[in-house]
Amino acid sequence: MTIFDSFLIRAALAGLGVAIAAAPLGCFVVWRRMAYFGDATAHAAILGVALALALNISVMLGVLTVVLLAATLVSTLSNQGFAMDTLLGVMAHSALAIGLVAVSFLSGVRVDLMAYLFGDILAVGKIDLAVIWVGAIFVLALVGWRWSALLTATLNTDLAHASGIDPKREQLILTIALAIVIAVAIKVVGVLLIASLLVIPAAAARPFSTTPERMAVLAMAVGAFSALGGLYLAFQFDTPTGPTIVCVAAACFALASLFGSIYSKTR
Amino acid sequence: MSLVEAKHLSVSLAGAEVLHGVDLTLTAGEIVTVVGPNGSGKSTLLRSIIGAVPLSHGTISTKPGLRIGYVPQKLHIDPTLPITVTRFLGLPKPSAPSDIEAALDRAGVPDLKERQMARLSGGQFQRVLLARALLSNPELLILDEATQGLDQTGSAAFYAQIEAIRTELGCAILMVSHELHVVMAASDRVICLNGHVCCEGAPEQVASAPEYRALFGSGTQGALALYRHEHNHSHDHGENRDHGAPK
Repeated sequence: MTIFDSFLIRAALAGLGVAIAAAPLGCFVVWRRMAYFGDATAHAAILGVALALALNISVMLGVLTVVLLAATLVSTLSNQGFAMDTLLGVMAHSALAIGLVAVSFLSGVRVDLMAYLFGDILAVGKIDLAVIWVGAIFVLALVGWRWSALLTATLNTDLAHASGIDPKREQLILTIALAIVIAVAIKVVGVLLIASLLVIPAAAARPFSTTPERMAVLAMAVGAFSALGGLYLAFQFDTPTGPTIVCVAAACFALASLFGSIYSKTR
Repeated sequence: MSLVEAKHLSVSLAGAEVLHGVDLTLTAGEIVTVVGPNGSGKSTLLRSIIGAVPLSHGTISTKPGLRIGYVPQKLHIDPTLPITVTRFLGLPKPSAPSDIEAALDRAGVPDLKERQMARLSGGQFQRVLLARALLSNPELLILDEATQGLDQTGSAAFYAQIEAIRTELGCAILMVSHELHVVMAASDRVICLNGHVCCEGAPEQVASAPEYRALFGSGTQGALALYRHEHNHSHDHGENRDHGAPK
């Protein structure tokens, strides 16, 4: 018997993996004001689940493909003069609706939709755990490798060009990383809560950060704390796990905003 | 040897042709200023040289390995992004602390190292951007209306700094400005742009060229008075954009 046989240990490790991969990515989501981009693409993931089940391919692959397609669609349309928030509003809700309708056509297959909407971290198996950690390490490595370029492109696209960085390529790298995090996190927190795990830890880290690196590291700490704390509380009080994790993150944000204003005044 | 050579440059943005058949050569060490009314393609010309906008026609060839320092027109740093001046100057490539210090000194803001970018004043911000451009030890410094938002004293001091930097580093400078009087005094060459190159040459030559006066004649009498004192005709400002354009 190994430690991975305990469903609680598996759940804790799964939550940790998703939280630390989502945190630095979440910082970019916040800095680039694309919080709803995370939302919209995550909602598209339900369509990916439906297609994967219909075509009998892996859910992970289906989600990845649909999320990347959705992200590309949004980027292309926004270049044609639609306001980004309008597009994302259309996209987020219609993708979710189309996904739900598509799932209903899947007679014969019984789909536990709740598991994809809200996640079920306690049902994470050993293979899921491996997928989550491979995905998380890949995303961390990708973001770490491109960190300076991503940061420069986030600050200003012309500055990036002048330094020989292609902002479109960096945007694509960010989108791919986002798609991978969504695909691996769907089992843990579900489609409806993924965006919160991206945005809330980053937002909670902001008041205590003086550099982008510090914000990313603090966000990872907040994310990890939320995952473990949420899991513990959910187990203690028999509450749904995904939402409890998000509640803990939200409490961290509330405390951070409260003490953050005091912290910045003393400096 | 020329640093940048643009030939028959045309650029279209969102379906509208912004630049049309522009030729431009920059040689080492010269200060070249681009003037022109709003929407005349000044910024687009600069951005095309750094490779930020695709060309619809023409070519831009640069000296191999040309080091360009670019100061953008405006840069908004989102308040959610915490970043100190030192960290900002280390992007995308980390620089030695002594280099960062030297660049800030040269840009006239030695004491800002640990300050947050979002809390700088407009003048400090522009100087930090200048320091960042200087860090790459540029052979060509490109400034896109770098004094926008500065008062007259501030912008005069900024341009004095630019001239000092040119003297010190010997880099060529290509800049866009609206402040004709300051700029024309400091430039070796002026290019008057309005979608195409209307006229170019030494400041005095350009100031007296009919094309230039057609664009700026009625609006900038004070500035022009430095060079020309008789104004015996006027044009409706901005109404004759296509004068002399090759069709």
